[in-house]
Amino acid sequence: MRNTPREIVGRTTQHLLLYTGALIVLLPFVYMLCVSVREPGPGALGMFLPAGNGALGVDWSRVGLGNYIRLFVELDVIQPLLNSIFFSAASASLATVTAAMAGYTLAKHRFVGRRAVFATVLAALVIPGPLLLAPLYTMLFRLGLLDTYAGLILPAAAPAFGVFLFRQASISSVPTELLEAARIDGCGEYRAFFSIALPLLRPMTSAFVLISFLGAWNNFLLPQVILTNEDKFPLAVFVAQLRGLYGTDYGLIMASTFVSIAPVMVLFLFLQREFISGLTAGAVKG
Amino acid sequence: MSATASKLGPGIAPYVFVAPFVAVFGAFMLGPLIGSIGLSMRATAGPAVSDFVFLDNFAFLLRDPDFWTALRNTFIFAAGSVFLQLPLSLALAMALNSDSIAGRAFLRLVYFAPVLVGLVFAALLFQIVFEKDTGLLNTALASFADSARGWTGLPFSFDPEFPWLTRFVLPALILAALWMYTGFNMVYFLAALQSVDRSLLEAASIDGAGPWRRFLHVTVPAIRPVGSFVVLLSIIGSMQLFELPWIMLNGGPGPDNRGLTIVMYLYQWGFQSGDLGYAAAIGWVLAVILIVFALAQRTLSGEKATS
Repeated sequence: MRNTPREIVGRTTQHLLLYTGALIVLLPFVYMLCVSVREPGPGALGMFLPAGNGALGVDWSRVGLGNYIRLFVELDVIQPLLNSIFFSAASASLATVTAAMAGYTLAKHRFVGRRAVFATVLAALVIPGPLLLAPLYTMLFRLGLLDTYAGLILPAAAPAFGVFLFRQASISSVPTELLEAARIDGCGEYRAFFSIALPLLRPMTSAFVLISFLGAWNNFLLPQVILTNEDKFPLAVFVAQLRGLYGTDYGLIMASTFVSIAPVMVLFLFLQREFISGLTAGAVKG
Repeated sequence: MSATASKLGPGIAPYVFVAPFVAVFGAFMLGPLIGSIGLSMRATAGPAVSDFVFLDNFAFLLRDPDFWTALRNTFIFAAGSVFLQLPLSLALAMALNSDSIAGRAFLRLVYFAPVLVGLVFAALLFQIVFEKDTGLLNTALASFADSARGWTGLPFSFDPEFPWLTRFVLPALILAALWMYTGFNMVYFLAALQSVDRSLLEAASIDGAGPWRRFLHVTVPAIRPVGSFVVLLSIIGSMQLFELPWIMLNGGPGPDNRGLTIVMYLYQWGFQSGDLGYAAAIGWVLAVILIVFALAQRTLSGEKATS
């Protein structure tokens, strides 16, 4: 089209800046991996890998999986990994079920108390989580739920934000005429929800499952406060504790950090669209 | 059957659908929220022992210099997020919105990825990136300065002992947050840019408006609603900063409280000193600040109630 020299220079600069930026974003990840495979030993460290006389100026005899072996064999990272998977999966599935049902019914049914429930949902969006920390702790203490998974999962099982999202999604993608036609054909309310509404809400459902899972996976403050038994720690708490115990053993710390974020990154590679739409949902208000 | 169904409407179904949410929300959110009002007027030693002190917690809070340090640090961090991160996010979004960039989809993924890393894990990573002497940032800057000196002959230098995590805690936190959230906010702006009318941009261009004027008079008005929402979201997130400094500073506020934030102050009082009542009072102060910001955003963006 119109390729004046000035435009070519401008476009090249733009590409250069964007790819340099991307490189800077990726560097910490690369750094983490490199530090995690460093083996202890004498000699210079180099910026990423131990410096030496091998290929690329690296001492390859000091590169290995020692930190990962220690992590899995001596420090039993499997337990917190399983804890994280269980805690995140349970929180995400409960949160999605309650939010989808409540959001759908707020959008599509008239019933006594509908306005009050929705007003509460909107108000709850502004309440910061840390405000609830101390009173929730007191309450869980009274209920005997401290140091239990129930005390961790139940507070995550009623997400006001999720109800808000599912209400919006039901308004925009579940046609009321379709529900009415189904009713006339004798379809009950529960079947209408499960076989008509839910399939139409699938994009929102998968996005919300993923962001609730991610939120639980990365949650630190609540499990840190509620759990005392080390066998129950999820990865975030386990790794933070490991840092306290092995402060300057950077190889071990980076190996455990990599183990903690790798599952999420693998999920992201397969489900990019769902992650992005879930995490940025709510920006375009209907 | 069909006649009864349409005559009676949905029957009890709506209540069945909404019941799990109402029950759990009432018990684990609304309950603690209401409880926090009473709790904020008590002095406690652990969850079982407490005394009614009325508004003493709030009076003490306002006189405690640590609270003001925490507030100041948190506001500086929030300002860093809004004034450094968001312009960068918008610039990135505008660059990646143009068709002429090769590998757009790949670049978007790369820029977005850091937000998936939990704050604890990002903090562990950046503690090592910011490490004096051996950390990635200082080694890179020092070798960059060395080669710049070699190339230009000018006296460039960078001391690899630069103490990010002792003397420059807030800049380090702002840089780590820049890494995490710039690409995340970019996605919001990318979505907003879809609502910019291309024909209006072309018309402005034909009328002789330069890129800067086209940006100010066509692009900015179109992305304003999403823009103000992203500003609010960044402020709300920044005001709750905790994990990043807590982990990067080895479980504390850092030297001279340079990394003390409001939520860290709350955590220390409530869960290290055991005064849950005081922690609830701090929580309410935080909530009031956030509500003020939310109301301000609504007024500034000229919106009526959301529904």
